[in-house]
Amino acid sequence: MAQADATLMDTGGPAAKRGGTEKLVTADGVPLKRALERAQRRRKLVALGLVGPLLLFILTVFVFPIAQMMWLSVSNPQVVNALPRTLEALQDWDGRDLPPEPVYAALHADMVEDLERERRDRLTGPLGIRLNYEISAARSAISRTARQVDSFEAPFKDAFMDAHRLWGQPELWRVIKREGRPLTTSYYVAALDREFDEFGNIVQRDENRRIYVSLFGRTLMLSVIITAMTFLLGFPIAYYMSILPMRHANLLMICVLLPFWTSLLVRTSAWIVLLQQQGVINSGLVGLGIIDDANRISMIYNMTGTIIAMTHILLPFMVLPLYSVMRTIPPSYMRAAKSLGATPSTAFRRVYFPQTLPGIGAGGVLVFIISIGYYITPALVGGQSGRMISNEIARHIQQSLNWGLAAALGTMLLVGVLALYWLYNRLVGADSLKLG
Amino acid sequence: MGNASTSDGFVAFDRVQKSYDGETLVVKDLNLSIAKGEFMTMLGPSGSGKTTCLMMLAGFETATSGEISLDGRPINSVPPHKRGIGMVFQNYALFPHMTVGENLSFPLEVRGMGKSEREKKVKRALDMVQMGKFAGRRPAQLSGGQQQRIALARSLVFEPDLVLMDEPLGALDKNLRERMQYEIKHIHNNLGVTVVYVTHDQTEALTMSDNVAVFDDGIIQQLAPPDVLYEKPDNAFVAAFIGENNTLRGKVDGVNGTTCTVRLDDGSEVKALKVNVAGDGVRTTLSLRPERVVLGEEAASMPNRFEAEVLELIYLGDHIRVRMNVCGDDEFIVKVPNNKGGRDMKVGQKAPVGWAIEDCRALDPS
Repeated sequence: MAQADATLMDTGGPAAKRGGTEKLVTADGVPLKRALERAQRRRKLVALGLVGPLLLFILTVFVFPIAQMMWLSVSNPQVVNALPRTLEALQDWDGRDLPPEPVYAALHADMVEDLERERRDRLTGPLGIRLNYEISAARSAISRTARQVDSFEAPFKDAFMDAHRLWGQPELWRVIKREGRPLTTSYYVAALDREFDEFGNIVQRDENRRIYVSLFGRTLMLSVIITAMTFLLGFPIAYYMSILPMRHANLLMICVLLPFWTSLLVRTSAWIVLLQQQGVINSGLVGLGIIDDANRISMIYNMTGTIIAMTHILLPFMVLPLYSVMRTIPPSYMRAAKSLGATPSTAFRRVYFPQTLPGIGAGGVLVFIISIGYYITPALVGGQSGRMISNEIARHIQQSLNWGLAAALGTMLLVGVLALYWLYNRLVGADSLKLG
Repeated sequence: MGNASTSDGFVAFDRVQKSYDGETLVVKDLNLSIAKGEFMTMLGPSGSGKTTCLMMLAGFETATSGEISLDGRPINSVPPHKRGIGMVFQNYALFPHMTVGENLSFPLEVRGMGKSEREKKVKRALDMVQMGKFAGRRPAQLSGGQQQRIALARSLVFEPDLVLMDEPLGALDKNLRERMQYEIKHIHNNLGVTVVYVTHDQTEALTMSDNVAVFDDGIIQQLAPPDVLYEKPDNAFVAAFIGENNTLRGKVDGVNGTTCTVRLDDGSEVKALKVNVAGDGVRTTLSLRPERVVLGEEAASMPNRFEAEVLELIYLGDHIRVRMNVCGDDEFIVKVPNNKGGRDMKVGQKAPVGWAIEDCRALDPS
């Protein structure tokens, strides 16, 4: 049949088209679709070969760890694994007074279940750490009890309360009951400076224990300031480079890119030399008599230091997209505007500036998103007031080892950035971005 | 050569020079006067200084010395936005972030004109170029020819007395270019605006202009109406640059009033009109338009007669271009009308050619 179709097609008569054959075939009788597929298979394989390695790399070192991190922020296996019987016994507890004796008995059963010391530690260790996030001293209560529990005898309630006073406080039991589920929101509650009260409602923490919300606010503010600073410094230089001949522009570009090529430590020590209270700038100002020796300005180890250093580092991310956009704006636009009667400033404002907006958008989004998650510079020159949210995340990962909280903060940061990007896309349109 | 008077005229260049590097002059001693309502074209090869002249007139380049005046007022130190000169750019320079209507409204807005008046003028300007329906479009949504019309309308919407055009049709294809030439010409006639037009396309210059200034090497080689430029070129550059031209080189061997005898390099003798030769014995270039050469029996009656050999025939529809060897020149072109005589020619055939004295101009050596 296919062969017959092919001959019909070959003759090229209109009868072939009207013949009611729906499948088109090539001259040698292969259905056209299959022939096309075969012809394109090679190209698809090549495309996959080109993209594949990077895709695999990104999946393993980027997508997977991020998913893992987001999972950590809600994952809550410690209590469930360590105290299954206790949790079952706690189901009917009203959560007000101390739980009844059977609950303590179940707790005892849970804790002595594994006679082998090491295996028991593998469960009670994480349990202590987990509970300690919610209630201080819980870790020592668990570990001390775990050492003595083998010698406990009924009634267990008194035995436990003798071992550690926390067992006599309903608060601990409320925490155990609340966190006795495989998923938890408590890391996010903590990351928003909130906690559970005795009735299980989410309330704000005491004023002196609120950290994260204001830190998020400060991070946002610093990012906005740094973005604005890079724009104010970067726009003129990008403009100047765009009107220079290529050779000179490249020289300037090297100066702009220098921060990229300098070691972080060299840069940091340079800032310290410059900015510290006994540093070059302060001494110069004192020497010129502009400021008093007693009133030297502190420009490092505080917010000013963070702003100065990060503006310096992130400047290229603003200049490069701006420059690439400006380079493509022909000088004839400004000339046309002037020939039409616009003063140079009007011509700039009405004709030139609007055409740089894609570059400003791209540079602004880049700088803002990079700076909102910046870690190393604030850590080195930020001091206490120049800290950003990522420094707090790093602290929880490296020092307090509260990975759940770190993951919750990180996830909030990620979601915040995505939300801002979405907002930008709605307002300006991401396809107008021009990244070079 | 630049035989223009500089005292009067709507636009006047008076001994204007321009140098970018302080070593070479791009424009050398330019004197040019353009009357009100005139369509003046600056024609020349690239690098001849014509665009520089236009930019100096627009105010985007400053004259190194000399004076440029507009309507009797020196404008050397007037910034471009105060000159009130309309301009059409080579790439149109329509503002991409504004609609067509906003583009046209821009020059009126910066002049502080009221909204209703603006709308009226924008509409009138768009109608003038038959683009009335396109006010809401962005320039990127228009074809090249449409963008060209909008650029033209924008340069005219604020009713300037002088409009400069910098190779405005360079990016269009041939048919569209020809149509736009007529359209610009008609708009010029209707509005009576003075136009200074820069181009390197001699057909364009001949089609549109009242006067053409032929630029080369920073100097106006000849300033004349199109027909004079073509029929009576002053020098070898103009003769070669405008239209097709046969060039014969030789030495002047006897001057007789307005004519002279020229002995060509191969020894043959040609009688020619004495136009631009110093006198006896100097070298000269003879310029002869291909359509003025007579081929065949009619050549017998011509004062200049030679035996020539057909080297190549190119069929061009309305006429046939015949490349011949005449007086040792292998590139001698004769245009033969496509009628019974022209069709019978063969390559290698010998035929007599001839031409009149007044069609053969003895110019400076080149």
